Order: sequence, then C-alpha cells, then structure tokens
Amino acid sequence: MLKKRLVAVLVVCDGKIVQSEQFRHPHKIHDNPVFAMDCFNKWAVDEIMTLNVSRSSKSRGQFLDVVAELSDACFLPHVVGGWIETEQHAVDLLHCGADKVVLNTRAFEDRTLVPLLADRLGRQCVVVSIDARKDADGVERVCIDRGARLTATAVVDWAREAEQLGAGELFVNSIEHDGMCRGYNLDCLAKVKRAVSIPVIGFGGVSEWGHLKEGVEQAGLDAVAAANVFHYSENSCKKAKRYLLDQNLPFRSANGVKA
Amino acid sequence: MKIGVIDYRAGNLRSVINALKAVGCDGGMVVKSPGELERCDKIILPGVGAFPKAMAYLNETGFVQALNEQVVGRGKLFLGVCLGMQLIMEMGHEGEKTPGLGWLRGAVTRFADTPGLSVPHVGWNDTRPVNSKAIMAGVPEGADFYYVHSFKVACCDSSDVAATCEYGEPFVAAVERGNVFGTQFHPEKSQHFGLRVLKNFVELPC
Repeated sequence: MLKKRLVAVLVVCDGKIVQSEQFRHPHKIHDNPVFAMDCFNKWAVDEIMTLNVSRSSKSRGQFLDVVAELSDACFLPHVVGGWIETEQHAVDLLHCGADKVVLNTRAFEDRTLVPLLADRLGRQCVVVSIDARKDADGVERVCIDRGARLTATAVVDWAREAEQLGAGELFVNSIEHDGMCRGYNLDCLAKVKRAVSIPVIGFGGVSEWGHLKEGVEQAGLDAVAAANVFHYSENSCKKAKRYLLDQNLPFRSANGVKA
Repeated sequence: MKIGVIDYRAGNLRSVINALKAVGCDGGMVVKSPGELERCDKIILPGVGAFPKAMAYLNETGFVQALNEQVVGRGKLFLGVCLGMQLIMEMGHEGEKTPGLGWLRGAVTRFADTPGLSVPHVGWNDTRPVNSKAIMAGVPEGADFYYVHSFKVACCDSSDVAATCEYGEPFVAAVERGNVFGTQFHPEKSQHFGLRVLKNFVELPC
C-alpha cells in the first residue's frame, strides 16, 4: 500500500538553516545545509522540503545554489519553495535537482500560476502551501506574505480552489502553532483534509513524536512534516520513524531504515 | 564505463547522474543527440511526462532509430525509468494511442478511477521482486520504492515482469528481458534500495 510520509523541512534564510518560531527566525542551526541533508539521507526521512524564508526576493539566486548543493546529496524526493513567482524560477529549481515546487503567496494572488505550472510540469510537481491564522471570530483564514498579511479567505475555501486549479498536494501550516511545540493545529488540518481529495501534508508545532501520530490518526494527514525538532537530537529522524512504525502506522517499512 | 543518460527534456537528469556517482559510477553522461549513444556502454532513458510528446520528440530527433541500433542491434544494456520504462512497450494509451519502442509486448494504460485513490500515484509503496531478475537482486520482498505516475505498464509476457506493486490494482513495477530493463519507480529517489537497483544495472557485465 501507499505509505504515509515523514517529511523533514529545512528552513533556509540567506543560505543558512534556521529555526522558525511563529515565522520569525531567531536561531541559526547550520551554516552548511548539506550537513543536515546528509543526516536526513541516513535517517529514514521519506521526503525533504527546503523552504527559502529569506526576507528578500534577491535571495533567489543564492537559493538556487543551495538547492543544487542539497539535491546532489539527496536520494529522496526533494520539494523546494519560497519566492517562486514565475514559471522560469520553478523550472530553474527543477533543473537544480528539485522534484516538486511549493508555492504560497503568489499562487494565492495570481490564480493563473498554479494552472500554468500544473500544465507545464504536471500536477504531481505542484504543491500549494497554505499558512493559517485564526481571525477574531475563530475562523482559520489564509495568511500570505510570509505570515504578514491576513486575508478574508477561509483556509478550506482556498484549499478546495487550489485543488481545482491543479495543485497535486497541499502543505498546511498554522502560524499560532509554528515553532510552539504544542503539536499540529489538528482541527484546521482535519478540515482541510476533509475538503480535498489530494494529499495533505501537515506542518507546524511538532516537538514530540506523539504529535506526528496525532496528525495521522486525528487529522488523517497523508504526510507529517517537522523542522526544528529534527535538528536537536542525535538520530532524530530515525527515532521518529521507529516510533511511527512501532505504533503500527503505515510508514515506509523498517527495512528501509538504515542503521 | 560510460552510461549515457538521454536528455529528451523530460526528466531530472541531474538526480540520475548523482545517483550513479553514489554507486561508484563516474561515467554517467548527459546525451543530447542520438550520435552520442555510439560512445556509451550502457544507456538510461529517464523521464517524467506525457507518452505521446516524448515519443514524438524521440522520433523527430532520431533517437528511436539510434536506440534500436544500439539496444536491439548491438545489445547494449538499457534501463528505462518511469516514463522511460513505459516507452519501451508496444503501445501507449495516454491521450491518443501512440506506438512505443515496442521492445516488450504490452501496453501502457491509465489507473482506473477508484474512490479514495488519487491519481497520480505519488509516494512510497512496497514492491515485490518476481522471477529472480537481475535488476532487483538483493532487494527484499516489500521494500518501498518511490513512484510518481498516472499510467502503468501491463506486460503480455509474465516472464518479462521483474517486480510488481499495487495501487488499487496490481501493476508492473519493473521489467527485464535480455539486455532491456525498466523500473516504474524512481531508483534515484528511492534511497538505498533504489541505489541498489542502480548498482545492479551498473555492475551487470556489458
């Protein structure tokens, strides 16, 4: 059967891997992103996502270099994104070795971008990222511009539309949960999962392996993603995978876990 | 040893060349024109994309003729990956019916629409080696490989099948007949079992 996926997210700011806390990036983790990739390759992660969270669009060139360097060491599917506003930049990233691109703000603002990329690259190549933030009425709304702009669109409405436009997968984060170590925003993720038929990747808030299990069992996620938690302990991805397999969840089998 | 990786604007060549390096083969080279195949000891046809467009390109550029000469005529070892495996079948049913290279008997058809199963089939899925084929040597039953595809291969000759997988229905995960090999999964993206499959191909005697 098709497996659930454990996704390690590398958050890259100005060429360095950083920790993300509610979309601020106070701590640098690695100077050399390739070091982290080497570890993930060894540690049973099923997919790598590398996000460029630099504040400036001028970071694109530098990010291409990082993606190329990472991809050379990556024998897993590699999803990359941040500051993708044109077909050309998406194609450039694929040429650097990425397998899929993930889009956020520009996909929301320009509803022609996702259909264009789905047509040119195939929808399996196009992941739409949605950042959720609760408004005063408790409704999860789409937040764009690296968390800076709250829109009036409900997360589930944009999720449905993104699927219709040609997204092959959704990657859903919650700003209140990002880096806060209290687990995923399960309620929001479950609503998105019920609204669409494409795979949903949950992100934001994982600090213990039980949170990954909650994402699969309570929100029905197809893939569970985390970033910070993987950087702080030895063999962390391997431990996460062991835990998930011990819980009898359908992840890539222990055969694939390299000691 | 030179392994030609054919660039027909349909795939992640860089990943394939890197994976070859990782299994000890520094001879991976991107091949952009059919004449270059002459210099290659083995040939890899990678690819993600649509069957008719890929065949049209291979026909227009003269790759079809060159591949027939090198693989069928000269018996060079060939590995098709994903779309590259589908193209060696007789017929593709993606959009209009399109003849493939026809080295193996069988057809390429879309996954049936099954409630709860989204197409494309994307992700890790457990795979079963069959018929003790060389390409899957050393891969245990149920090892997971990474797939990205909407269309699948059905072989007329069951002895051509080297591995099977299941997504709503069983489908062919790898093929092998003489000097012709194919994998529906992406060995270059399937971590160490994927690298094992590439190593098998690299180490087969020419």
